[in-house]
Amino acid sequence: MGKAIIRLEQVWKVYSLGKVEVAALRGLNLDVKRGEFVAVMGPSGSGKSTAVNMIGCLDIPSKGRILLEDKDISHLSESALAQIRGKKIGFIFQQFNLISTLTALENVMLPMIFQDIPEDERRKKAWELLELVGLADRMQHKPSELSGGQQQRVAIARALANDPEVIIADEPTGNLDSKTGAMVLDFLKRLHKEEKRTIIMVTHDEQLAHAAERIEYLKDGIIVKSKVKLAK
Amino acid sequence: MLLSYVKFALGTFAHRKTRSLLTMIGIFIGIAAVVALIGLGEGLRGAIIGQFGFLGPDVLDIQASGLNFAGPPGTAVVKPLTEDLTEKVERIPGVEAAINRYIESGTMEFNDKQDIVFAWNMPEGKDRATLEGMLNLKVSQGRLLKDGDNLKVMVGSGFTDKDRFGKPVQLGNRILFKGVEFEVIGILEKKGSFIFDTALIMNEDVLVDNFREDGSVNVIAVKVKDVEAVDSVKTNIEQLLRKERDVKKGEEDFVVGSPEATLQTIDETIFGVQLFIYVIAAVAIIVGAIGITNTMYTAVLERTKEIGIMKSIGATNQTIFALFFIESGLLGLVGGLIGISAGFALSYSFAFLGRQILGSDLIQADIGIGLVLGSLFFSVLVGLLAGVIPAYKASKKHPVDSLRYAQ
Repeated sequence: MGKAIIRLEQVWKVYSLGKVEVAALRGLNLDVKRGEFVAVMGPSGSGKSTAVNMIGCLDIPSKGRILLEDKDISHLSESALAQIRGKKIGFIFQQFNLISTLTALENVMLPMIFQDIPEDERRKKAWELLELVGLADRMQHKPSELSGGQQQRVAIARALANDPEVIIADEPTGNLDSKTGAMVLDFLKRLHKEEKRTIIMVTHDEQLAHAAERIEYLKDGIIVKSKVKLAK
Repeated sequence: MLLSYVKFALGTFAHRKTRSLLTMIGIFIGIAAVVALIGLGEGLRGAIIGQFGFLGPDVLDIQASGLNFAGPPGTAVVKPLTEDLTEKVERIPGVEAAINRYIESGTMEFNDKQDIVFAWNMPEGKDRATLEGMLNLKVSQGRLLKDGDNLKVMVGSGFTDKDRFGKPVQLGNRILFKGVEFEVIGILEKKGSFIFDTALIMNEDVLVDNFREDGSVNVIAVKVKDVEAVDSVKTNIEQLLRKERDVKKGEEDFVVGSPEATLQTIDETIFGVQLFIYVIAAVAIIVGAIGITNTMYTAVLERTKEIGIMKSIGATNQTIFALFFIESGLLGLVGGLIGISAGFALSYSFAFLGRQILGSDLIQADIGIGLVLGSLFFSVLVGLLAGVIPAYKASKKHPVDSLRYAQ
């Protein structure tokens, strides 16, 4: 195992809902090492989504530090965070979150537009990625013309577009039937094993979580239990 | 990168065709109005200048003024100009020639059909050559009038149109004008101006002897020797006429017109009309801009989730701003393009209809490249300005909140 690619140190996130302040994270500590496959589990309201937003540089903490490759990102501007997300992080969401007006190919090309990659290169890369996820024959289809499993595979291809260090999957199989869910999970496992990508997966499905090397249990904004599986 | 953004915005645009088109109506109407009416105005200006065939910057004309509601210049005035004035004007220093211009309207009969036409005169002697030169008078058939041509006329090219009298007037034909028979000895080249194309032209003594017994003159045309001296000659003529006609300064019953003054009047009139159009167009465009802002606001709200997605995959605030800003500019651009096309179509069809209905070449459309580019630039500018605030709002959306936004 390499050194920590992401480190959360005493991270607090407090939302104010009118007069009431709600702490979603209460001093969370978490280390994710390069090339690790970590599952984050917890009941709803445990703060796992908030935690994953922090890890994914979508949000900054109210208190505490987040280090990405030893660089403190807790106080960066939204645009600086966006650039980090674009280069280093690939998101896979429960609702797939594809842009409905774009074709599968265009959706995969989109993150590369934001990184200023030339059009030919974008097209070539997107093409390869869609072939990788087995959608070579669906490139010109809009999301509405694709099944849930196919949409999630487009989302995986999109997450890989800029060769990110970390892939964050937030309930990636939550909207899929068990068969397609298993296929998506297989994909994540392959990315981890064959391409040595760091994968952080949020789930409330114990069985799914067991695909990971390590499971962190969250409750009330802190980690209450860690389970490390021995390498298979 | 910019190109990619434009493509992206175009995609969104195409996806929401109906709304985009509805949004553009304001811009479209404004730009169409501007293009159509300025085009017509320009055309009208060109046509008017062509019609009156400005004789050059060194020619002044004198007319009696007063009650001139209708009819040829200098008719129906209280106190017409008189022939003796012409000689006096000619003696003013700096005047090369002063020429009597008689304009007589009346019934013409040909091929058993009647119509109201007008006739004007060619002066005798050396003034004939001067006027021929000034007017650049040429015949397409027959010959020009010469001294001693009694009861002979040249006719404008319009008389060869068979519709007017049932058959075209030809050389050698005999026509009746106010009951006097004339022989057609020349047909003028087409000039594109009613002053020539629809006129009968006869020798001065013929016109005066037959139709003018009171010694009145409609217009005195004055050719000035030196263009530089036009203003001072004009002042001297005015002085002479005030004395001759016994009127005080400021109460003149005559007008000494110069080509510049006429042009200025035309410009002022057309500008007045155009100003009115500008105001209407400005209102339409402001409404259009508000429409674009409104649509963009709705789009930002509707696409909150999309903004969240784009931010999560690496779009910076600037990128999001650019995407919405460009989309808004595109609304302006396409609105402008449609507006310009519609303006083209409108002005040319109006001009065509006008010509058909009025039978006059006066109504023309003239849309220059400057007008097209200016309108296009302006509509893009309006679109962009209208998009600033919505695009800014979009760029400031928080990624987490936006991702959570339910569609």
